[in-house]
Amino acid sequence: MTLLRAIISPVSILPSNYPRRSLSIVLRLIPWALILVASVGIYYANRYQGVRVMLQEPFPRKLSSWHLFTAASDGLKPSPGVLPYDLNTPLFSDYASKYRFVWMPQDASATYNDDSVFEFPVGTILAKTFAFPIDGRTGKEKLIETRLLVHTASGWTPLPYIWNARQTEAYLQLVPDPVPVRFTDTAGHARDFTYQIPNVNECKQCHDHNNELLPIGPKARNLNKDFNYPDGTANQLARWTQAGYLRGAPASNDAAPRSAVWNNPVSGSLEQRALAYLDNNCAHCHQPGGTAGYTGVDFRLNHFDPLHAGFCKHPNSAGNMEGRQYDVVPGDPGKSILIYRLASTAPKVMMPQIGRASVHTEGLALLREWISSLSPQSCQL
Amino acid sequence: MSPSRISSLFCAAALLALSSGCQQTPADIERHLQERFISAKPGSVIELPEGKFHFTRTLSLTVNNITLRGKGMDKTILNFAGQQEGAQGLLVKANDFTVEDLAIEDPAGDALTVQGGTNIIIRRVRAEWTRGPNPSNGPYAIYPVECKNLLVEDSVARGAADAGIYVGQSENVVLRHNRAEFNVDGFEVENTENADVYENVMTHNTGGIGVFNLPNLPRQGGKHVRVFNNQIVDNNTPNFAPKSLGAIYNLPTGTGIYVMAIQDVEAFHNKIQNNNSLNVFIIHFKTGVGDSVQTTAASPITQQIFAPEDKRYYPFTRQVYFHDNDISGGGKSPDNRITVLSQLSAALGGGLPDILYDGLTDPAWPKKSFNSGDICLTNNGSESFLNFDAAGPMKHPVKDIARYACSLPPLAAVSIPQAGPPPTAAASVTGK
Repeated sequence: MTLLRAIISPVSILPSNYPRRSLSIVLRLIPWALILVASVGIYYANRYQGVRVMLQEPFPRKLSSWHLFTAASDGLKPSPGVLPYDLNTPLFSDYASKYRFVWMPQDASATYNDDSVFEFPVGTILAKTFAFPIDGRTGKEKLIETRLLVHTASGWTPLPYIWNARQTEAYLQLVPDPVPVRFTDTAGHARDFTYQIPNVNECKQCHDHNNELLPIGPKARNLNKDFNYPDGTANQLARWTQAGYLRGAPASNDAAPRSAVWNNPVSGSLEQRALAYLDNNCAHCHQPGGTAGYTGVDFRLNHFDPLHAGFCKHPNSAGNMEGRQYDVVPGDPGKSILIYRLASTAPKVMMPQIGRASVHTEGLALLREWISSLSPQSCQL
Repeated sequence: MSPSRISSLFCAAALLALSSGCQQTPADIERHLQERFISAKPGSVIELPEGKFHFTRTLSLTVNNITLRGKGMDKTILNFAGQQEGAQGLLVKANDFTVEDLAIEDPAGDALTVQGGTNIIIRRVRAEWTRGPNPSNGPYAIYPVECKNLLVEDSVARGAADAGIYVGQSENVVLRHNRAEFNVDGFEVENTENADVYENVMTHNTGGIGVFNLPNLPRQGGKHVRVFNNQIVDNNTPNFAPKSLGAIYNLPTGTGIYVMAIQDVEAFHNKIQNNNSLNVFIIHFKTGVGDSVQTTAASPITQQIFAPEDKRYYPFTRQVYFHDNDISGGGKSPDNRITVLSQLSAALGGGLPDILYDGLTDPAWPKKSFNSGDICLTNNGSESFLNFDAAGPMKHPVKDIARYACSLPPLAAVSIPQAGPPPTAAASVTGK
C-alpha cells in the first residue's frame, strides 16, 4: 500500500519509568497524573490515531470518534488516508458547499465499473459535509451537517451528524431539526430559508435501489476529473487507484466515461450537460429499482430514451400541475411538468421531493434552454 | 444530561406509552415519532394515543414487520395541514406492515403510500382532505403501489383529487368493507392482477370505481378483477381533478363503474344506481382518455396508433362479465364536458343508457362472432344499453342488450392469508 494510506497503530503514551518518591506524594499525584495521562491520551488519539470504523450499533454519538478529521473550526482537515473527492455534476442542495471524503480499511479497495456506482468493500466510509457561507463575499463558511455512509457487513448505514454552533463537534441525530439559514451570496443577494436536514429514512428515499441502500455519487463518470490535492492536481480515478482505493479502472482516464459538468459549456453540449444534470439530480429515484421507479420515468444518463425521460408522457400520479399534461413537451419548457416542478418549492409540486428548499435558478435555466432546443412536438396521443 | 433533555426523553416514552401530562411541542412529538419509526425493531407494535398530532414533513417507515396502531380513525389523527417537506403523509416501504385505527388528514400529496410491500394490511384507516373536494388536494388517499398480498378493509377515503382507494401495479389484492366518497374516483384498480373488491360503498364521488390498465408504467398486463356486492350509487360530484392528472380529468361526472383496457373482469351482485352520466362504461383506452368519436374513428384501429409509445400496452377491453347486478337510474344528466357523451346524448335526445360500450375490438382477433370482445351482460335488471360503435363511427350502434346475453366462466376468488376465506356466493347476494 502506498504512503497515502492511514497508519493505524496503537500509540504508546505512558512514560516507561517513574522516579521513586514517597508513597504519599505518589498517592496525592495520582488524580493529577490520571488527568494528565487522559489529556495526553486524547490529544495523541486525535492527533495520531487513524480512522476508526465502527460497523455495528451503537454508532458513536460524536463525529470526532471516527477520527476522520483532525480539525473542523478552520475547515475540515482530513486524517491520513481520508481522500477528498468531487463530482463532475453534483446534486443541487440549496447552494450548500459540499466536501466529500472517502476512506477504506487497509488492503481493501473498490471495484471499478463503467456504469453504476463502484462496489465498495466493507468498512468503507463516505463522508459528505454540508456548509453554508456566512458571507459569500468573504468565503467564510459554517458547517451544518456531515453525512456518513458506512459500509457495514449488513449493508450501507446512513448516519447524519449535526454540527454544533461552536463548530467544534457534530452529533448523531436520526431525525435532525430543520436549520434556519441566512447568508449573503457571492453576488451580494440575501438568502434566507429553512434547510431541512434529511432524517435517516429520508436518506433511504434517495439511496434506495431495490430495497438496498447504495451510494449515488461515486461512479466512474462523476469521478473522472481532476482534483487539486495538497500535493498537486491529479485525476481522481488515477489517484484512487494509486492510493489503493480502486481496482480495475482503465489505464487511461480517457477510456473511462466522463460526465459533462452541468455549468461548463466546454465540458459538453447543451444536451450532454442537461442529461448530466438529470442524471445526478433525478435519476437516483427515477430509475428501475429506485424510489420513483414505479412512475416509469428513467433519467439515467446511460439509459436515455425520450419516452422514459418523460417526452410527451402523462404523469401517472402527479398533483395539480396547473394545466400541464406532460412531463416534457419538447420545444416548450413552459408546458413541461419537469420545469414546473423544478421551479417550485411547494412540497406537493417540487422535485426532488426532499433535500431542497430553494430553487436552483441556474440548473433550471439549463433545463429550460435544453427543452427549448428540442424539436417541437405537440404531444397529442 | 440536562433535566429538560431527560424530561423530553421521558415525555417521548410517555407519548408512546399513552401517558399524559407531558408538555411537548408538536415538533418534539413529530421528531420522537419519526425516531421511533427509524429505531423500531421488526415485530414491534407502535401504539399511538388519542389526539390530533401535527406534522410538517412526511412520516416514513422502512422497517419490516411493524404494526402501527391508533385508538380509532376519529381519535388518533395525524394531521399534515402544515406540511413543509415531502409529498406524502405516511410513506411506508416495508413488508409485513399493518396500519390500523387512525386517520391521516390534509397532506400535501398522497395520504398513505405503501410502496413495494408484501403482506400489507390497511384496516380502519381514514384518509381525508377535510376541506372536501378541491383540485389542490393530493391525488390519492390510500395509495398502495407495487404491493403483493394486500388487504384494505373497513377504511374511509375522502377528498382525493384522483382516487380515494387506489391500488396500482400490484397483485393479490382484497379491498372490502371500505367507504370512498367525495373523491374524483372512489376506487381505482390499475395495472393490477388478481383483485377482489367487495362489500364497499362508493358514493358521492365523480365516479365510483375504475378497473383499467394504463401505458408507460413498469408493470403491464393487469387482469382478473372481481367487483361484487358493492354499492355504487349517486356518484355525481363534479369532476375536480386537475388537468395534469390525465385520464382522470376526463372521467365523466356521474360514472358508476368503468372498465378500460383490461381483460378478465367479473362484476356481480352490485347495486349500481343513479350515476348521472352512466352506470357502466366499458371502453377502449382511447375512449377513456377523452378523444372524440371523430378522432378515434379517423385512425385505423391498431395498437400502434392507440399506444404508440409503449409496445407492451394492450389498449382493448375483453372478457368482461356483468351479471346479476341491480342497475338502474343511470344517464339522467350526462356530463357534457366529455365530447363523446355530449354527442351521444344529443343524438339520443338527451340522457344516456345505463350501460355504454364503445364496441372497439381488436382487429387482429378472428371475426368469428358478433361479440368478439366477449363482453357479457346478463341479468342486470336494466335493458338500457348502447354499443355506440366508436369505430364506425356510429354507423352500427347496437341497442339490444340481448345480443350480449352471454356468460363467461366465473373468475377464481383471490386468496391472501390475512383476509381469510372469501364470502360464499350464497351469502353474497344483495340488492336484488
